[in-house]
Amino acid sequence: MKETVLEVKDLVTTFKSADGPLPAVRGASFSVKKGETLCIVGESGCGKSITALSIMGLLPSNGMIADGSIFFNQRNLAEMSPKQMQKVRGNEVSMIFQEPMTALNPVFTVGFQIREPLMIHLKLSKKQAHMRGIELLKMVGIPSPVERMNQFPHELSGGMRQRVMIAIALSCNPSLLIADEPTTALDVTIQAQIIDLLNDLKEQLDMSMIMITHDMGVVAEIADRVIVMYAGEIIEEGRVEEIFENPQHPYTKGLLASVPNVDDPEFDLKPIAGSMPMLNEQISGCRFHPRCPYAFDKCMEQSPKTFYVTDKQSVRCWLQEEGVEQNGGRRASSL
Amino acid sequence: MAVDEQVLYSVKNVKKHFPVRGGILQRVKNHVKAVDGITLDIYKGETLGVVGESGCGKSTLGRTILGLESLTEGELVFNGNNISNYSSRQLKPYKKEMQMIFQDPYASLNPKQRIGDALEEALIIHTNLSSLERREKVLQLLKEVGLKEEHYERYPHEFSGGQRQRIGIARAISINPSFIVCDEPVSALDVSVQAQVIKLLRDLQEKHGLTYLFVSHDLGVVRHLCNRVLVMYLGQMVELAPVHKLYENPTHPYTEALLSAIPRPTVGRKRERIRLKGDLPSPSNPPTGCPFHTRCPIAKEQCSTEKPAWREIDEGHFIACHER
Repeated sequence: MKETVLEVKDLVTTFKSADGPLPAVRGASFSVKKGETLCIVGESGCGKSITALSIMGLLPSNGMIADGSIFFNQRNLAEMSPKQMQKVRGNEVSMIFQEPMTALNPVFTVGFQIREPLMIHLKLSKKQAHMRGIELLKMVGIPSPVERMNQFPHELSGGMRQRVMIAIALSCNPSLLIADEPTTALDVTIQAQIIDLLNDLKEQLDMSMIMITHDMGVVAEIADRVIVMYAGEIIEEGRVEEIFENPQHPYTKGLLASVPNVDDPEFDLKPIAGSMPMLNEQISGCRFHPRCPYAFDKCMEQSPKTFYVTDKQSVRCWLQEEGVEQNGGRRASSL
Repeated sequence: MAVDEQVLYSVKNVKKHFPVRGGILQRVKNHVKAVDGITLDIYKGETLGVVGESGCGKSTLGRTILGLESLTEGELVFNGNNISNYSSRQLKPYKKEMQMIFQDPYASLNPKQRIGDALEEALIIHTNLSSLERREKVLQLLKEVGLKEEHYERYPHEFSGGQRQRIGIARAISINPSFIVCDEPVSALDVSVQAQVIKLLRDLQEKHGLTYLFVSHDLGVVRHLCNRVLVMYLGQMVELAPVHKLYENPTHPYTEALLSAIPRPTVGRKRERIRLKGDLPSPSNPPTGCPFHTRCPIAKEQCSTEKPAWREIDEGHFIACHER
């Protein structure tokens, strides 16, 4: 068993509003092991990005971690001061964002931005940092890296910018990389290049990765384990094969049935009715029940418990309780 | 989706070049060849998909076909009438027949205008209905796209992304057009909502006998919705085929690479991916010969000098490639 790099327990992240605090993440618990890729899947507004920002300590000023702990290499990130956090961020944990043009500073050269973390965290001299920067650009597959060091972000294409972001994120050999929709803004051919690159680098550097995405195709390509989030809660978790071949939660099933399959012309598209609830919507019981085709009375009254389908796959849905009675062969125990 | 072979819209060698200005006098220094010689027949009742990477000119093609961009060269023939050189007054009856659905419905709705008023606008311009009749028609439209009557009084910011796209669709079909250009209508939406909108588009097509030109970069959606697909690269046609032929038997190396690059939502099956080197070249300075030769895995010397001819390799299946 590999060691655990990150352990998030009962994380609650809230945002200030005129009507009191609004929870964007409602008690999320998960862990990431060394060398593992965990994908967090869900639609916009489900709290997946906020979970990532909570780990990074990068929540906007109106957001705060209200409860729970984030243990990273035995230290609780949730309780660290901003100053302590600065030493961890970009050094041991780093992050890649969706839109590289907004994440890179347009008025500084690529070289300046890649030298910065090396000089701050690793205390390299400017010259050493420059040499290391060139090596890093080479590692992420950027042609003629020496010239690129003196160029500005606007001179690079979208795919190249994302490579620069990856190079900066990996500059201090982080043990955990968080990638928030890193390929959403890119074309398919470039997206394929970036996915291959991330897979290669992860193996090469033996780091853990949390990948946030809404694209089930990307998940299948990259994940070891998958977490499905809905309206701030983790509703299903499991190994990637389990999630794709034996999804249990109606939302996970719906998500998989909503993506048109490229290889199957007869694929029957089944949309999920309705849309993601707003943060301030009060929903009793299961948060998914207004959209769920299988919802029954209990779903409207009580929040579902966690049921284990296998030792790795767990799901929060009352249907599981019934499932035990229907086919007793399946092991289901509540937490 | 039955498609009779009756040509609704014929596009002949259409080009759209945008001037690039520079220097102190803002002289035209160069041209971006966004659309560079597209010849197409769009059949009545079909959905024709246009795919390609960003910057390949697929959106410009859609806009040019609708007359939203002036033509640089070429001919547009709608229902047998050559409308390429028509004045805007002459074009008005044709504009009623052609509508567009945009990618970002929020950007295409006036934030200060009630939804009901936004939907009535097209009716005021193109029909002689009284205000009562218009209101009646708008309420019926709202219902048709899955919205409620009370939405008539609301403003765009009160709607979710999927609902706004439904409004965009309602506006496009309000004056009973026969031809609609859909410019990435679902790419800004979440997957569960995306599927709802795709279903709506398909239902409306069946009900009203609409013809769609469906511009998208999402090859999964295109397979699901389209009858024929055109693949574009740097403003030029690369491959055109009925949807099943294109997906089962992609012939042009670019189409092959594009299809193999899509991440599939299935695990355990390792596929060999064709890796394309580099990025899309700049459309202001396209490569000579075949536009794809700089990234093509099977390019020969001939490809860099000679432009490949557009030829039919199978019934209804056209490609432009020297090697295949």
